[in-house]
Amino acid sequence: MSAFHIIVCGSLVPDPLQTLEPITSPTGPGLKNEAMLPAVLDPWAGHALYEAANLAKNNPGSKVWLVSLGPKAKLQQLMMTIAQKVPFELVAVDGSASGFTDPFEAANALSDAIAKIPGLDRSKLLVFGGCASASRDAGVTMQMIGEKLGICDQFLAVDELSTPGDGSLRILERIEGGRYQVSSCQGAPAVLAWATGKLPVPPNNPQVGMMNMRAIMPALQKAVPAKVGSEGVTFSSVEVPKQKRETRIVKDMPVDEIAREIVAWITA
Amino acid sequence: MNDHMNLKTLPGDDIRQIMWRFSERYDLQMVVQSARGVARGPVARLVANGGRNSHEWTEGKNDLLKTFDESGITALFMEPEEGGYIAGPKNLALALTAFELSWVDAGSATCSLASNLALSPIHERGTPEQKQTYMSRCVPPQPGENRTPWRGAFVLTEPLPYVGVDTSVLSGRVRIAEWNASGEPVIQVEKRGRFITGMGFANFVTVAVESDDSRIKGSCMVILEETDQGTFDRGVPTKKMVHQLSSTNDPSFNMKIPASRIIGGYTVKDGVIIPNYSHSEIIEAVFRRTRVTVGLMTSAKLLSAVEPIIRYQRGRFRGGQSATPGTPRYDQGLQQKEDALHRLVDIWATGEASASLGFAAARHFDAFDPLEREKDTICEAQGLKGRAQLRAFMKVQDEALEYIRLTGNSKASSDPKTMGRIEELRANTLLHYSVMDALAQVICPATKLWNTGHGATTMREAVSLMGGYGITEDCPGFLGQKWMDAQLEATYEGPEAVQRRQLSITMTNELFLAQMRQWIAELREIDAQYPEIGASAVGKTMELWLWTLDHLQKSKDANGKALYHNQRHGVAFAMADALCWILASRFQIADTLELRDKGMQSAADPEGMRGFVSFFTNLCHVQAARAAGEVSRICTELFHAYSNEASASGTQIEAFTEHRNQLDLCLRGARLSKDRAAQALTQVMIPEALDYPV
Ligand SMILES: Cc1cc2nc3c(=O)[nH]c(=O)nc-3n(C[C@H](O)[C@H](O)[C@H](O)COP(=O)(O)OP(=O)(O)OC[C@H]3O[C@@H](n4cnc5c(N)ncnc54)[C@H](O)[C@@H]3O)c2cc1C
Repeated sequence: MSAFHIIVCGSLVPDPLQTLEPITSPTGPGLKNEAMLPAVLDPWAGHALYEAANLAKNNPGSKVWLVSLGPKAKLQQLMMTIAQKVPFELVAVDGSASGFTDPFEAANALSDAIAKIPGLDRSKLLVFGGCASASRDAGVTMQMIGEKLGICDQFLAVDELSTPGDGSLRILERIEGGRYQVSSCQGAPAVLAWATGKLPVPPNNPQVGMMNMRAIMPALQKAVPAKVGSEGVTFSSVEVPKQKRETRIVKDMPVDEIAREIVAWITA
Repeated sequence: MNDHMNLKTLPGDDIRQIMWRFSERYDLQMVVQSARGVARGPVARLVANGGRNSHEWTEGKNDLLKTFDESGITALFMEPEEGGYIAGPKNLALALTAFELSWVDAGSATCSLASNLALSPIHERGTPEQKQTYMSRCVPPQPGENRTPWRGAFVLTEPLPYVGVDTSVLSGRVRIAEWNASGEPVIQVEKRGRFITGMGFANFVTVAVESDDSRIKGSCMVILEETDQGTFDRGVPTKKMVHQLSSTNDPSFNMKIPASRIIGGYTVKDGVIIPNYSHSEIIEAVFRRTRVTVGLMTSAKLLSAVEPIIRYQRGRFRGGQSATPGTPRYDQGLQQKEDALHRLVDIWATGEASASLGFAAARHFDAFDPLEREKDTICEAQGLKGRAQLRAFMKVQDEALEYIRLTGNSKASSDPKTMGRIEELRANTLLHYSVMDALAQVICPATKLWNTGHGATTMREAVSLMGGYGITEDCPGFLGQKWMDAQLEATYEGPEAVQRRQLSITMTNELFLAQMRQWIAELREIDAQYPEIGASAVGKTMELWLWTLDHLQKSKDANGKALYHNQRHGVAFAMADALCWILASRFQIADTLELRDKGMQSAADPEGMRGFVSFFTNLCHVQAARAAGEVSRICTELFHAYSNEASASGTQIEAFTEHRNQLDLCLRGARLSKDRAAQALTQVMIPEALDYPV
């Protein structure tokens, strides 16, 4: 067994069930009523968090931090669900989580926050995050965080991580062409950006929630503001991807049939 | 209408936390999320898969129990030292949980609450050992523990012709079976129950019985366990058409148990067992809390209906040839029609008012619980029981009235001398208790009566806005089922008649009436600042109600019979109904003002927040006008319709008419508020789909 210090970078995205309508606001592009829409944990960051918690559970002495950059008030609402899922300590950074922020600025804010975490042991450090985000899909943020922290071992589309117990890591990663690559890494520090992971969303556990929240509320209060956004950037044009959204609710439909219908719809 | 005043989205958690005053309570916010996960996940799937179509206690329904255990819903009722996770009073926590579950299916809420109801007699009046034993047995196992949690049922109601609304005379019996000089007496309990929730799987039951033995005094409640000696017959499932996710049976028991199972313990005097609490004392303590939760089940239904109705209205004509994108017919659908919008405004306003009333009641009990325990300790120490206790309360009545007067006057209460006096009075537990109790005794039955009764009627409106779809199983939001379910909420834990009966007594308590007079002053101040919220109408309605009550209490009808009398339901019950409308509006206004004051401080989107405040203000105004109309109608009927020319005095008629005229004038602008609220409903953004399966 080896203990890890696992940092998970993850924040919120608008609940996908909401009507998401891109607009141009005075401060740049955004979503209609974005500040008021309910948010959920970015699904890729979710994979990373649940994998991190599982890794920590199986390696006693490990600890998980969730480093989140988002509007403070919205982060607080988000915590009410995810704090009940797995044990972690929150490090909150107050700033925009919009899909139109510059990933470089976001990576700067996050790596600064990570560098300031007291007691973090670099020889045990694993930096987790999503390989992409449901609202910011540039897929570069984790790389830049790694660079800023001087971590060169980076795995950017992880599906599975195994730890033989000697501190080394075995990583299953997806690469181009629908193929997988297995890498061995001598050990921490490393950056792992998760593509899927293997774990389901854990059920709510109020005891875990009560324990987490005692530290989360002060962390939210202490959240330092970070300047992220799109200031200085001029968007010469913003285009909404051509999308056609048809929400339909079906009951008792077998998975095969759903797949068949989607294929028929795409090829129609 | 100004764009910045628009309602942009449906209200989310941040808004509700402020209005219902739990923005500082992260424990409660997590409880809400947890219960919501269960409601919109496993519960909704079970309903969507036809889980309600059977009277039997099926495997699918039974699985819910485990889900409640795992999500913390079961342990919510317990203290941390018993295995729970929230310390202190839990009325608001339970209310929020029931609200979330009922947003999808109230039967699941009933199912989760039934065990608490069984535990409540023990929790409220049990001995320390009884509390410790049963509370900890009912806590779900902690990780690593190998134990099945116990579940209970509360057995009061009996087969016809026995206990129903009238709970004073029981047919369930208790006798001495064995009593050796040295040992503990063994008692024989015989009871048949009817419509007992949780009976399909309960491991223990708390049962109300009456003595059938000269060696046991009066009545009591006892605890029976399924493995006790004798018959523990669960009986057959009730063929109910509502709340099918809860188990209801007609059981029968004939068992021998030790006398230590008498809830609250007993003493022995001259060879007679004297239970420390009669069954009535226990059920009074139980129901005064649990009924609030039931009231909120119906509020959740009304508020949950808003989103599916808007979606139905907007999409009604899409896909047809005449409705092409960009045309009003396509974009607005039924929302082009004023009536469809106005009726939806009424449903939403009723939902808001009933939720505000119910959550205010739940919070009131959270504040009241510790005070009640303190009062119990004092009364016990001083040996104050029955009449002696009443006398002790009478003695503090004048000072209690002074306390109400001082705390209600915002100007005076900031003066140091007054503040000192307020503190001095508040320190008297019996005084503070009697003031809080006077309100508790009114808002609990009012919540149960109005939220469920008027709520069920309003739920019918919600169903009709969905047309034929509304009365099918496929209706999004399960609105048809919710309509029917609301009728059970109006019935169990004391039907409407029971609540009206309680109100007709408690609402005439001078300590309550004094608080109401303070509210009138408060509403006047609110009206001066925010005339658009309808505070003047609510204040004037209170004045009319108080005047009419006073008149009815002093007057006789044309036949010379006293008008206000407990048995004269035509008068007293009608006034109780009227009062509920007033209370609901009053608390709705209070919650909207809370949002106005606190919301802006934390608003991520100030414009959006202004939109909410303005929309909820319109709803308050709409509801205030409706309340004024109802109360006015009731008071007018009671004032005039029992009299004839000879019995009515001219001055009284003049005074009454003056009150009514003033009230009528307060309605100015309310319909314009309704128009604005209706307009907002055409603009508000709703999600793409409901967040639970249908
Ligand atoms: C699904 C379900 C679950 C239940 N769960 C439980 C449970 O777990 N434990 C339990 O003990 N009970 C339970 N009950 C019983 C429930 O509390 C009773 O049905 C309820 O109290 C009413 O009693 P009743 O049906 O005998 O009505 P009745 O007493 O016959 O009353 C019928 C009507 O008569 C009128 N009426 C009666 N008395 C008066 C009066 N004094 N003044 C004026 N009008 C009056 C009212 O209009 C009243 O609504 C449950 C019932 C149902 C349907």
